[in-house]
Amino acid sequence: MSVLIQNLVRCAPGTRKRLLNDVSLDVPTGAFVALVGPSGAGKTTLLRAIAGLDTCESGSLLLDGQKVENMQDRARKIGFVFQNYALFPHMTVARNISFGLDVQPRAMRPSQGEIAARVQELLDLMQLPDMGKAYPARLSGGQRQRVALARALATGPGLLLLDEPFGALDPIVRRTIRSWLRSLHDRLGLTTILVTHDQEEALEVADRIVVMQQGSIMQDASPEELDKEPATAFVMEFLGESATFRGVVQDGWFTPEEDGVLPFAVAAEIAPGPADAMIRPFEITIASADLVQGQTVPISSQGVRNGYRHYLARLKDRTIAVHIPDYTGENVLSESYGVLDISRARLFRDGKRYS
Amino acid sequence: MRQTFLTFLRGGDSALPGYRLSLAATLLWTGFFIVLPLCALAIRPWQDGMGAVVGALHDTRMFAALWTSFSSAALAALFNLPIGLLLAWALVRGDLPGRRVADALVDLPLALPTAVSGITLATLYGPQGWLGAPLAKLGIVVAYSRPGIVLALMFVGLPFVVRTVEPVLKNLPRDLEEAAVLLGARPWQIVLRVILAPLLPALITGFGLAFARGVGEYGSVIFIAGNQPFRSEIAPLLVVVRLQEFDYPGATAIALVLLLTSLAALALVGVVRRKFSAWGDAA
Repeated sequence: MSVLIQNLVRCAPGTRKRLLNDVSLDVPTGAFVALVGPSGAGKTTLLRAIAGLDTCESGSLLLDGQKVENMQDRARKIGFVFQNYALFPHMTVARNISFGLDVQPRAMRPSQGEIAARVQELLDLMQLPDMGKAYPARLSGGQRQRVALARALATGPGLLLLDEPFGALDPIVRRTIRSWLRSLHDRLGLTTILVTHDQEEALEVADRIVVMQQGSIMQDASPEELDKEPATAFVMEFLGESATFRGVVQDGWFTPEEDGVLPFAVAAEIAPGPADAMIRPFEITIASADLVQGQTVPISSQGVRNGYRHYLARLKDRTIAVHIPDYTGENVLSESYGVLDISRARLFRDGKRYS
Repeated sequence: MRQTFLTFLRGGDSALPGYRLSLAATLLWTGFFIVLPLCALAIRPWQDGMGAVVGALHDTRMFAALWTSFSSAALAALFNLPIGLLLAWALVRGDLPGRRVADALVDLPLALPTAVSGITLATLYGPQGWLGAPLAKLGIVVAYSRPGIVLALMFVGLPFVVRTVEPVLKNLPRDLEEAAVLLGARPWQIVLRVILAPLLPALITGFGLAFARGVGEYGSVIFIAGNQPFRSEIAPLLVVVRLQEFDYPGATAIALVLLLTSLAALALVGVVRRKFSAWGDAA
């Protein structure tokens, strides 16, 4: 099911504060989109608006190219997994899953046998084959999560909306459920929109990342594009650890204002003036002090993590983390002084990216 | 010996300081206040011999009074369920102005001297009362008959239903309803399957409390009941009547039957409630 949102505006009830500020988004059928952003960015608000749980002041929402007015049209076509799962506490797992089928009008409702078969099929799919008779209170977080997912999928929706689905799970369960969800999405041919505040999770599971801030979409791009060409300094910062170097662009060169950092060549069309160079720790390299000119800074090794040797470069007022790939298991720096090479940095001016 | 006694006093590994000592003191006092009077009540009827008890139990007036008490209490508690549920709903979910005032007023029947509420109700619903007179024109007699008893018991029992349902309703997540809507449930299905079903244990508890209060209620009922033997006489009143006749075996026999029946009824309510709240037990 495709989703097309145009100029959606939603204000906080009773105020003029905009929770969604002119949001437009096009999600084609079969896409896996992640909405990311800090708390209060409007991710969940947008998700709830798509589900029709909240009404919006203006803008339009088309599902499969058609306007949906009332809840009855939406129901059963959208599967929604709530942040705290919202399982019915007084129903068994099987009754929870079959709820969407049980409440259908008699003429449309499948027979008891068909419903039972569907429930068992979903329980098998969720890898919970023997849990049908248990009550939600007896399940672990990961199990509840999967029951909520099964319940959302029972009516065969084309669109799956997930609100922070991994929030309450421990890291190992998170990782397995994440990849399992991705394969489920591919197998069932769903369109999935997922809300998360964890950018790593989004980058791993989604085809497209929509970064939101203060009710607006800052950037809507593939993970690669987002990594290579972040639209704003906020997106750059939000997607992972980064360092910012203030400096000046002049004659096709960016000159950092701090000592111990090398200038680098930039595209000629960039207008001269102050700019910020932002770079990830693993993109910085350390140049040997005797090969380049300029003030050197002290550099200390912080050990090895995930195949990277971590260093701390001590500039005048702050320290910069530098991660160098560690192939040999030995400290590749021969001396404890060096100069930072940040030529892979992206340039930002007034928060917007330049190159 | 001395050692074990000291460990007992220190309270083993309880977080409360002096837990065992205070528990022992509490139990002792509870014994004096509650268990001892109940035991006395159970023993007293037999002191004048079996004959007196058997004689007292062969009293049709007593059975009529017991029936009036229990059936009126059950009816009143039953009628209080929908009203109490709606009130609790309005207090929790409604955003009407004056909600806090209403919240305080709900408990008033518990604080009011029961005689005051009895006289008020009798005046209001009496043949010349503000509500009694128009109702009498319609042919509905409330005061000095069974409906009057039920009305008085509803008045005193309502807070129990409201106060037991309210916290459970408050803790019922709203997204349960949203989830049900998205799964295609229609409004009445949501009310029945998603809201009322989890409230059922609380409703049963509220019913049990209102019923228990109704069986024992005296002050608010006697003014509006008319107190005609075999028709609108409640069992607690009959106890008083017997006492005034210096018929102690008769009075205690009624009290004993009242006690045992109430106990059985409350036990039944407990069983039913547990049956409907099995889902709440965590592993």
